[in-house]
Amino acid sequence: MSTTTETSATSLLRFATAGSVDDGKSTLVGRLLHDSKSVLADQLEAVEHASRNRGQDAPDLALLTDGLRAEREQGITIDVAYRYFATARRRFILADTPGHVQYTRNMVTGASTAELAVVLVDARNGVVEQTRRHAAVAALLRVPHVVLAVNKMDLVDYAEPVFAAIAEEFTTYAASLGVKDVVAVPISALAGDNVVEPSAHMDWYGGPTLLEHLETVPVGSDPSDEPARFPVQYVIRPQSEEYRDYRGYAGQLASGVLRVGDAVTVLPSGHTTTVAGIDALGTPTDIAWAPQSVTVRLADDIDISRGDLIAAAPAPVPTKDIEATVCHLNERALLPGAKVLLKHTTRTVRALVKEISYRIDIDTLEQRSGAQGLEVNDIGHVVLRTAEPLALDTYTDNRRTGSFLLIDPADGTTLTAGMAGEAFDTVRATEPDEEDWV
Amino acid sequence: MTTATRTLPDTLENPYALSHLDALEAESVHIFREVAGEFERPVILFSGGKDSIVMLHLALKAFHPAPVPFALLHVDTGHNFPEVIEYRDRTAARHNLRLHVASVQDFIDDGRLRERPDGTRNPLQTVPLLDAIESHKFDAVFGGGRRDEEKARAKERVFSLRDEFGAWDPRRQRPELWSLYNGRHAPGEHVRVFPLSNWTELDVWQYIEREGIELPEIYYAHEREVFKRDGMWLTAGAWGGPKEHETPETRLIRYRTVGDMSCTGAVDSDAATNADIIAEIAASRLTERGATRADDKLSEAAMEDRKREGYF
Repeated sequence: MSTTTETSATSLLRFATAGSVDDGKSTLVGRLLHDSKSVLADQLEAVEHASRNRGQDAPDLALLTDGLRAEREQGITIDVAYRYFATARRRFILADTPGHVQYTRNMVTGASTAELAVVLVDARNGVVEQTRRHAAVAALLRVPHVVLAVNKMDLVDYAEPVFAAIAEEFTTYAASLGVKDVVAVPISALAGDNVVEPSAHMDWYGGPTLLEHLETVPVGSDPSDEPARFPVQYVIRPQSEEYRDYRGYAGQLASGVLRVGDAVTVLPSGHTTTVAGIDALGTPTDIAWAPQSVTVRLADDIDISRGDLIAAAPAPVPTKDIEATVCHLNERALLPGAKVLLKHTTRTVRALVKEISYRIDIDTLEQRSGAQGLEVNDIGHVVLRTAEPLALDTYTDNRRTGSFLLIDPADGTTLTAGMAGEAFDTVRATEPDEEDWV
Repeated sequence: MTTATRTLPDTLENPYALSHLDALEAESVHIFREVAGEFERPVILFSGGKDSIVMLHLALKAFHPAPVPFALLHVDTGHNFPEVIEYRDRTAARHNLRLHVASVQDFIDDGRLRERPDGTRNPLQTVPLLDAIESHKFDAVFGGGRRDEEKARAKERVFSLRDEFGAWDPRRQRPELWSLYNGRHAPGEHVRVFPLSNWTELDVWQYIEREGIELPEIYYAHEREVFKRDGMWLTAGAWGGPKEHETPETRLIRYRTVGDMSCTGAVDSDAATNADIIAEIAASRLTERGATRADDKLSEAAMEDRKREGYF
């Protein structure tokens, strides 16, 4: 039917915003929702009501993203609020992270699933320490696209040199971190310049508005560039009359393309076989790609269960020794010697924190050795030993099969987010006297 | 191995493009399978409303050709639409699923719950729900809640930990990164799981249309005797309406959400097909809860308060 074809042929972009209240982040998010007509009359009415109660004349768009009463009462921020909006071209999921004390943890969480990060700066202040931190977290989490939104251009007389200097400084810094795609947009969230509508005050800017860029940036990477990774979630055995011998492995492709007839390795056992069939949620198909959820049938009768990885070449080598960059998420410090659970794709194993090699100063990207432990919001490098081998890729190669969580076995608390391998190429040791091998 | 740097436009030239419905479906199926792999006794909350119907549809696809490895649970307020109850029973039978019904009326009859002065029974569902979870020892409870519905839901996790009283403590909610869901819980605790977290009302309707999912007929425009209360069209019935000053009239309406008859309002609509409804929602100036739910108008934080007590 015509109505649906118009609205359903859209892709989905997950993105995150980074910036503090002072940078105008809430106003920007409110502006995006409002100007894309995603805020409906009853929501606007509630905001107008709340604004009047606070003695404000105009509706404060920041209130659209206001927190819960529980947060205000307990003085906490729940890490990420998700917002949803759509244009005729695309559906958006916005991970809106509050910019207070828990900042690094929150942004790491929001950025983990994002394909694009909007980093907000105040045009009057330019690139500050916090901006560099936001860029570093986006780079650490391998967010493919970064947008620098230079906000409050109205307060610097919409002057091009101000924008150009900030954009230049940020782009250079982000590139040094390995961020490949940076686009800078001069905006005023309050006045609405270049957020949804092009600005009438900045003729010198020929680029897209923020929303235009969000609508057109490519979503996802090309699955044919990456080897197939299929973590087995569940074994489907109907044992019914009709499907007596059916044995399928249910999962979601973490990366790559899988075709019937492909040679695959099952890890950690190392058995090799071929793909005999693929069922796309009830419909047989001969090809599937990330991030589709499918059921895979294999040619040989191999013992496979939840937690195994079906991989195309080059397959990772299963290991019990893991070096990783981590972000510690919990108030309790992560200490060497800690016995934890490690959740990687669909497999959870026991693990020992053998060593905390160093902490990374996220503002300067310097290594700080001699860390006793990692506190909440700390980024660091750790060495782990697991009870069973894991088939990990490096996080640089694969965000899904290179990531893991550390969990407290006693109460199930999520302690730490982990990314296999080195964080940045540019992380450098500082004080030579801390390097005991000299 | 190479790092993927090449990206493709999301147009027809890209053979690997996924529509937003494909992406949402893949994510929801992943969530269902995670729960099947990690929990002992999951259950799907099934009200016969569109969100729970979409949930069941996704679960059927996730485990095909095997049956859905979960039972259904319905909290019946006693004021449900008869068309919806009929749909519920027919659907459970068709898929050969076990249906548990927790009855608010039973709890009122034996004194464990008392009728509210305003007659609405929505807030009364929490006690029978938690009782059913406890007595059946359900450890994962699928709910159809969506983050776009309401402010208190915008910060809800996909896996939401509930303590032994069924309560939601914001301090104990775990950060969710990548697609790694941590479902560990102590005995007596359970996890609410929301596979539709990232769907919007429009996505749900587009998916219903694409998949050809049958819904109870009250979602489509029909003539019905209704009366106005608090700015909403409510169905006349034994639950307690209309009162003396309220005048019933016959109007062409449809239900945008389906819940307890006492607090679910109908909207004026001539949308008779899914396509009509999609067009209507796309043009709507009100959210579905704003348009149709009296219970959310109780206070600014009404939903948040109910959620902390263990509501859906």
